[in-house]
Amino acid sequence: MEASGKTTTAEPAGTPLLIGSSGDSLREAFGKTLVHLAPRYPNFVVFDADIAGGTGVHHFRKSYPERFFQFGIAEQNMMAAAGGFASTGIIPFVTTFAVFCLRALEQARLSIAYARRNVKIVASHPGLDTGPDGASAQATEDLAAFRAIPGMVVLSPADPLEIEQATEAILNYDGPVYMRSGRSKTRRILGADYRFEIGKGRVLREGRDVTIVACGVQVARALDAAEMLAADGIAARVVNMSTLKPLDKELVARCVEETSCLVTAEDHNVHGGLGSAVAEVVVQDRPCPIEMVGVQDTFGESGEPDELAEKYGLTGPYIAAAARRALERRKRN
Amino acid sequence: MQTQKADFSKTDLSKLEDLSKRLRICSLVAIYHAGSGHPGGALSAADLISYICGHLLAWPPSNGNGRAGDRFVLSKGHACPVLYAAAAECGLIPHRMLLTFRKLGSPLQGHPHVLDAPWVETSTGSLGQGFSAAIGMAMGLRYQRSQARVYAMLGDGEMQEGEVWEGAMCAGHYKLDNLCAVVDYNKLQSDDSNENIMGIAPLRAKWEAFRWHVIEIDGHDVNQIDAAFTEAKQTAVKPTIIIAHTLKGRGVSFMEASPLWHGSVKLRDEELATALQELGVSERQVGGYLDGSIWQDHNR
Repeated sequence: MEASGKTTTAEPAGTPLLIGSSGDSLREAFGKTLVHLAPRYPNFVVFDADIAGGTGVHHFRKSYPERFFQFGIAEQNMMAAAGGFASTGIIPFVTTFAVFCLRALEQARLSIAYARRNVKIVASHPGLDTGPDGASAQATEDLAAFRAIPGMVVLSPADPLEIEQATEAILNYDGPVYMRSGRSKTRRILGADYRFEIGKGRVLREGRDVTIVACGVQVARALDAAEMLAADGIAARVVNMSTLKPLDKELVARCVEETSCLVTAEDHNVHGGLGSAVAEVVVQDRPCPIEMVGVQDTFGESGEPDELAEKYGLTGPYIAAAARRALERRKRN
Repeated sequence: MQTQKADFSKTDLSKLEDLSKRLRICSLVAIYHAGSGHPGGALSAADLISYICGHLLAWPPSNGNGRAGDRFVLSKGHACPVLYAAAAECGLIPHRMLLTFRKLGSPLQGHPHVLDAPWVETSTGSLGQGFSAAIGMAMGLRYQRSQARVYAMLGDGEMQEGEVWEGAMCAGHYKLDNLCAVVDYNKLQSDDSNENIMGIAPLRAKWEAFRWHVIEIDGHDVNQIDAAFTEAKQTAVKPTIIIAHTLKGRGVSFMEASPLWHGSVKLRDEELATALQELGVSERQVGGYLDGSIWQDHNR
C-alpha cells in the first residue's frame, strides 16, 4: 500500500487521545480520531454513503482522499463491498447512520460477520438523540439487531474520550464490530486516566444500594440520576457498559452480588438492547429486580434530543425513579 | 501473483468440454446424495464454470487459495454444486467429499461458505451480495496496485435484487476494469420464467446504461466463452459483463428449460440414472454413483 505521506507525529498506542475538544459530539470525535490514527495505521480505509458530514468522516475525506471511498446512497452495496474489500487485507470503516445499517443488516450478517471479515461498522445518529429528523432516522433497534448477529462485537461509547480510545481498540481487534457514535454534543464524563477495553464495563461511581448500568448518551444521565439519589441518601453505583457484546458478565455478577438490584439505561428500545443483555446474564446467574429505562417499544418523533429524552422518559429523574422502584422491589422480595 | 495465461490450443478447449460434462455428472450426484439442492442452475452454468475454474483460474491455484491471484465469486450461490464439482475435478477437494454436500459437518454447505471452503472467496447465497463483495475485492485490489482480476457469476433472477443495480452503478462509476461479471441467463427462476415473474429484459441496454462493457454469447459454446473473457481482459476503463445465454438444466433432457428443476429438489434413483446416462455414464457405472462407491473405492 502507498504511504500516506502525512507526517503527523503519532503517539504510542494506548495513550488516551482527546484530540478533539471535550464538548465534541461522538461523531466529531470519531471523525477526528480517524485522521489522528491514519499515519500510524496505514491499513484502514473509510467507506461513506454520501453523509460524511453527518458521520464525522468528512475530516478524514479532507486529509486522506485516497483512503476515502464514496459509495453513494447505496448502503447495501457498501456493506457487502466492505466484506470483499476486507478480504484483500485492508480494514474498511463503514460509516453511515444507524438506521441505514439496519437497511444493510443482512449484508453485515452474510458478507461481514458470517465470512468473519475485519470490518468496522460505525453508526452515527443512533436513538432519540438523533433529534429533529424524527422517527424515520432514529434507530432504536440497531443494538438489538447487531447484537443478534453471531461474532459481532457491539459497542456504544459514552463520551469523546471513550470513542477515541474505542476507535483505536477496534482497529487492533481482528473481527467484525458495530459501534454507535452519536449526533449530539456530549459532555466529558470520563477522566484522563480512563482506559477503554473491549468487553469491559467500568464503574464510574461507587455505590452499594443500587447499580445503574448505562451505555452511550445515557451514561451522563445515569450520573445525573446518581446525584439526585445521593441527595436522598441512596448510594447508586454507575457502570459504563460501553461493550454490549461480549458483555462483561463478571462485572454484572459483582453488581448483583453487591447491590442486589439494577437499573439499565439506554437510548434504544427496551427490547433487545442493553437491558436485555444484562437481564440475560442476571436471570441465568442470580435473578434480582431490574428496571429498564429506554424507549418503551414505540417510535420517536421530531424534537430536540433533550426534549425527546424528557418526553420518552430517558432523563436523570426517570432513571432515579427507576432506581427507587428497583430498591422497593428488592425490599419486598 | 498469478498472471494471465497465454493463449491455449483448441485441444485445451475440447478438454474443457469434457470437464463440463464431468461437472454436470458430479453436480447431479452431489444433489442426489444430499437429497436436496438446485440442479437447473448448476447445469446451465457448467460450461462457464468449467472455463472459469478449469482454464481462467487454472485451479488448483499455485499460490495457496489464490489470495494474491485472480478471484471468482459465485454470486448465484445456490448453483454451488457445480463449483464444488469443479473443486473436486481440479483437485482442491477429494471427490468423495461431494457425497457430504448439505450434510451435517460438511465443508460443502448448501450455499458456499468461505470459512469452510476458502476457494469460494466469500460466503454467498443471498442474491446480490456476492456481486457487491466482488466489487469490494476489485476496489481493494486496485487500491493496493494489484494486477489481479475479479470474476463474479450472477443469476438472471438475481437481476431483480436492488443491490445488483447499486453495485452496477458503483463499478461503472469507478471504471473497475479489473472486474468481470457473467450472467447465467437461462431465462428461468424459482417459480417461473423471468418474464412472468418480473421482467428483467433488456439486459444489454440496462448494463450499458450503467456504464459497463457488454458482451453477449452462447454460454454453452466454449469458443465464444473464451473470446468473451479474453475481450473482457482487454477492455480498459469499464467493467465488463458477459451476458451468457444458457439453457436451464442443460445436458439432461427432462430438466432442460423447466423451472421444476430450479428449486431445491430430491432426485429419485431412476432420475439420476437417466440423467447420468444422458451425460455419457455407462449403465454399468451408474450403480457406483448411486451408492457413492465410485468415489469411495477409487479414493479420489
